[in-house]
Amino acid sequence: MSFIECIDLTHIYNAGMENEYLAVENVNIKINEGEFVAILGTNGSGKSTLAKHFNGLLLPTSGKCIVDGMDTTDESHTYDIRKQIGMVFQNPDNQIIAAIVEDDIGFGPENIGLDPHEIRRNVTAALRAVDMEEFRSFSPHHLSGGQKQRVAIAGALAMNTRCLVLDEPTAMLDPRGRHEVMDTVSRLNKERGITTIYITHFMEEAALADRIFVMDQKHLVADGTPREIFKDIGSMKKRGLAVPMAAEMAYRLQQKGVKITESIINTEDLVKALCQ
Amino acid sequence: MSIELKNVSHVYMPKTPFERLALDDITLTIPEGVITAIAGHTGSGKSTLIQHFNGLLKPAAGSVLVDGVDISRKSNEAKTARRKVGIVFQYPEYQLFEETVAKDIAFGPTNMGCSEEETLERVKKAMEFVDLDYDKYGKRSPFQLSGGQKRRAAIAGILALKPKYLVLDEPTAGLDPKGRESLMDKFRKLHKAQGTTIVLISHNMDNIASYADNVIILNRGKVTLEAPPAEAFSKTEVIRQAGLELPEVKSIMNELAANGLAIENDAFTMDKAVQEITEALRRAGKC
Repeated sequence: MSFIECIDLTHIYNAGMENEYLAVENVNIKINEGEFVAILGTNGSGKSTLAKHFNGLLLPTSGKCIVDGMDTTDESHTYDIRKQIGMVFQNPDNQIIAAIVEDDIGFGPENIGLDPHEIRRNVTAALRAVDMEEFRSFSPHHLSGGQKQRVAIAGALAMNTRCLVLDEPTAMLDPRGRHEVMDTVSRLNKERGITTIYITHFMEEAALADRIFVMDQKHLVADGTPREIFKDIGSMKKRGLAVPMAAEMAYRLQQKGVKITESIINTEDLVKALCQ
Repeated sequence: MSIELKNVSHVYMPKTPFERLALDDITLTIPEGVITAIAGHTGSGKSTLIQHFNGLLKPAAGSVLVDGVDISRKSNEAKTARRKVGIVFQYPEYQLFEETVAKDIAFGPTNMGCSEEETLERVKKAMEFVDLDYDKYGKRSPFQLSGGQKRRAAIAGILALKPKYLVLDEPTAGLDPKGRESLMDKFRKLHKAQGTTIVLISHNMDNIASYADNVIILNRGKVTLEAPPAEAFSKTEVIRQAGLELPEVKSIMNELAANGLAIENDAFTMDKAVQEITEALRRAGKC
């Protein structure tokens, strides 16, 4: 059984009103436990709307979203679903609420009524998992963007979350911050088997996922491994997206008559193809 | 003419326990008529720096000259000089506030004392420039636009001021690849057509590589590098120390060279890189 499954999921904002807006239409996806999935799509393609269904922040207008066997529309499951799915958004300043890092991470566990000893244990373990132990008693405002995003991730981990949904978590970060977040996310996925759903506009980040979903004008239009998705440069560009720099370079070289037969999605591939 | 900073320092919350030196004795020149990029990691002082360009912040020490006029003075001349610099802040769409798109864009020119006719003319031109149709979008609420449209509407608000120096703080953050490219091409067009001097603040080194004539790198409130792109990107260590990265194209080329491909390795844009690689392969008889 898949961990998250969307069946004919459609979402209309302000349904039935004058300003109703169809954001996602008939999306069918299955995400397995432990998978690392990237979602690509232009602004307004429906990525974020889709992602907000995974923990019931939004409910489908029609169709279903099933998380670990639970239907998100069944209110009796809402808490169980939210405990399992942690969300991290683009702007780190909008999601930190406490004056001290450890209080911020402890907020979630406290809210669901965990025992104080357990809260402390969870907070410590979560800080360790994102490599932020030394910042335990810092004010979040003195952290860099990458560090703030890691605090947000730790907040989800302290709830014993099984799945992280990250909506452009690196969009506002500098290169170092982007690496910190990306490294943390892929390590948590590999070492702890945390199911990861990662929305991004950076193709190099998506290339690290197990699987990529492409959204275009409210629909899911492609679902495959990074190699499969980035092979088709033409349709990626047509959809207003791009491919990793190394793939683009390989494509341009092919156009100039250079024979490259291998699939290229990163620098390593390109070095192998050109330097031997 | 140019924007010139002479020994500028800035201290936040001076004489308190939170005192912090954000800019440390900065001397630099933004020459007129070119695209200058300023790069640095979060907290390196970029935003503090650009707020000095039009007097939003006053230096604790040193002076800022726009076209030779010290802008910290209280004279009409200084006021005119400050108005030559338009700043588009990060996520400018958060600053939209008027009832309609046209009114929002008209706010600046009206405030500057432009006549109604002149204002309308400027609003139309600015909207046309950012690809927002005046008849279709002028009367809409800015809050009903999509993210990309809001960004463009907010930028039009600055363009309507007809700044001689246009300062852009991470103008493409959060946009999709196509949106990034089309916005950057618009700025290049503006630069070419009207000679507007552009200052681009960015972490995105590939963007800088494709558009800038001049690169300034900030680290801990100091300028650690000021050079044309080719020279700047050869200084890998300075770039790393500043918490930045080489443009992706340049780092791919470095890898290829390190693995024995006989390229000249002075390319940092895609077109040039493809050309260098093809030539190298041809010389080696591989294609």
